[in-house]
Amino acid sequence: MPPIQFQLTPAEIEAVLLSLRIAGVAVAVALPFAFATALLLARGRFFGKTLLDGIVHLPLVLPPVALGFLLLVLLGTRAGLGAFLAENFGIRFVFHWSGAALASAILSFPFQVRAIRLVLEARDNGLDDAAATLGAGWWDRLVSITLPLALPGMIAGAVTAFAACLGEFGAIITFVSNIPGETQTLPLAIYSALQQPGGETAAMRLASLSIGLALVFMVVAQRLQRRAVR
Amino acid sequence: MSLEIALKHRLGDFTLDAAFVAEGGVTALFGASGAGKSSIVAAVAGLLKPGHGRVVLNGRVLTDTDEKIFLPPQQRRAGLVFQEARLFPHMSVEKNLRYGWRRAPARADEKDVAHVIALLGLGKLLDRRPRTLSGGEKARVALGRALLASPEILLLDEPLASLDAPRRGEILPYLERLRDEAGVPMLYVSHQVDEVARLADHVVLLEKGRVALQGPPGETLPGLGGQGGILGAVLDAVSLGPREDGLTELAFDNGRLAVTVAAAPGTKLRVRLAADDILIARVQPKEISANNILRVTVVQVTVKGDIAEIALQAGDAWLLARITTASAQRLALAPGLPVFAIVKSVTVDS
Repeated sequence: MPPIQFQLTPAEIEAVLLSLRIAGVAVAVALPFAFATALLLARGRFFGKTLLDGIVHLPLVLPPVALGFLLLVLLGTRAGLGAFLAENFGIRFVFHWSGAALASAILSFPFQVRAIRLVLEARDNGLDDAAATLGAGWWDRLVSITLPLALPGMIAGAVTAFAACLGEFGAIITFVSNIPGETQTLPLAIYSALQQPGGETAAMRLASLSIGLALVFMVVAQRLQRRAVR
Repeated sequence: MSLEIALKHRLGDFTLDAAFVAEGGVTALFGASGAGKSSIVAAVAGLLKPGHGRVVLNGRVLTDTDEKIFLPPQQRRAGLVFQEARLFPHMSVEKNLRYGWRRAPARADEKDVAHVIALLGLGKLLDRRPRTLSGGEKARVALGRALLASPEILLLDEPLASLDAPRRGEILPYLERLRDEAGVPMLYVSHQVDEVARLADHVVLLEKGRVALQGPPGETLPGLGGQGGILGAVLDAVSLGPREDGLTELAFDNGRLAVTVAAAPGTKLRVRLAADDILIARVQPKEISANNILRVTVVQVTVKGDIAEIALQAGDAWLLARITTASAQRLALAPGLPVFAIVKSVTVDS
């Protein structure tokens, strides 16, 4: 095996930057929904709560390829919702980096919900009621009490989800394909490298980079999580 | 000020069915755990929606299930001090104190804020975070926070229950100062007779979700057990100044008492007598160490096995003495009989 060349090619740098962008957008877009869901699960008492809890956690056990396929069926531009969005709003997810972000957002959603719910349950011991008796309305309490208390959980959840997004493969390749510069993220670039003769060197380089990135984010997430619940 | 409460609420096997009116000063809701005290407070604050009932504060309807009125907590102006303080952990003490103040429809001015801070001894704590405070300090901050929201009534849900006895003794004087100086009516929930005897102007006794008895502390509390044994009397007295022998003379409801505690003439004091510290004699004892011998009339004799509880009238006040049934029979105690009550010791609350 030839020595590993650590200098990244321009195409590889593009894949890394694309990965970071897709993960960033996925996490940012999912965050408000994750917060609302976590609030509902932590505080709400309603029929179907267990079912909602199950659905939220489904992406943890669902094969990503299956999700990618479902998204393709649902959002493909030939029919259904995908056709409707494309014709009326010009929104297209398939073969577009935003589709990769959507798939990543769904798959990393449970990480965000779990982390936020954990801090809400650990820290909100009737503080919301206390704020209400002091004259604060619903939105006021959300902004002045709930959000600041949930913030460490939101950060920890976002970092974990971001790291998980960087590793996403199956759903992206099934839903938006493997287009360099558009949907070819780091894992997909590794896969492509392996498809070419003599691509092991590039694959090894990219794999090492993936491991490094994942490790950094996981360590940060762990520390934030521990701080958040304390 | 007036707070009218009429509630019917079911919680599992427990049914709350209580109605009473609280007027100015301190109204104590007293009863054992599970008597429904906290549910009543939660219903007044708007944190519990009763199955059926009405809550009216100063003519403002807060809850009326018949009319489908249920004001949310933030519109009630009922300050609530919780047992566990519930300070906001992400804010300094000062921000906690100003949380309700900032949101009050008519903010107290800075002079009043400074007054509350001084009254509760919070000056040195303002920059601290709640988690660095002791239990007693937390209780004081919670009191100040509720008070600065300018509530029309202050609801105190066992604010001292999570504190040990010395801490409780430390906070009680602050509560007395609040009662005397802040002028905010309070609904005070407690299961400690001594706390209630010290603070209350009016007592509502709850038993299993119902109002068993209500009235001034002197009429409702004797017979109940406290830290110093069974309470014999709660008397509101005024100091008449020192006597020739150095003791301080107190006047209460057409009666007199002498105590060792010095108090300037005109000082109002509340005194408590333990039922076991009251002896009964048919003839006036002479050459006896007790300082207080009161002329009283037997009102009622209640025999409870070996012990008899003798209700006595001294002036317009009530006393309860616990003596043996044998003694009661030997003295032939019966309603209407004039006797002498020998008071062995008196506890004075300032």
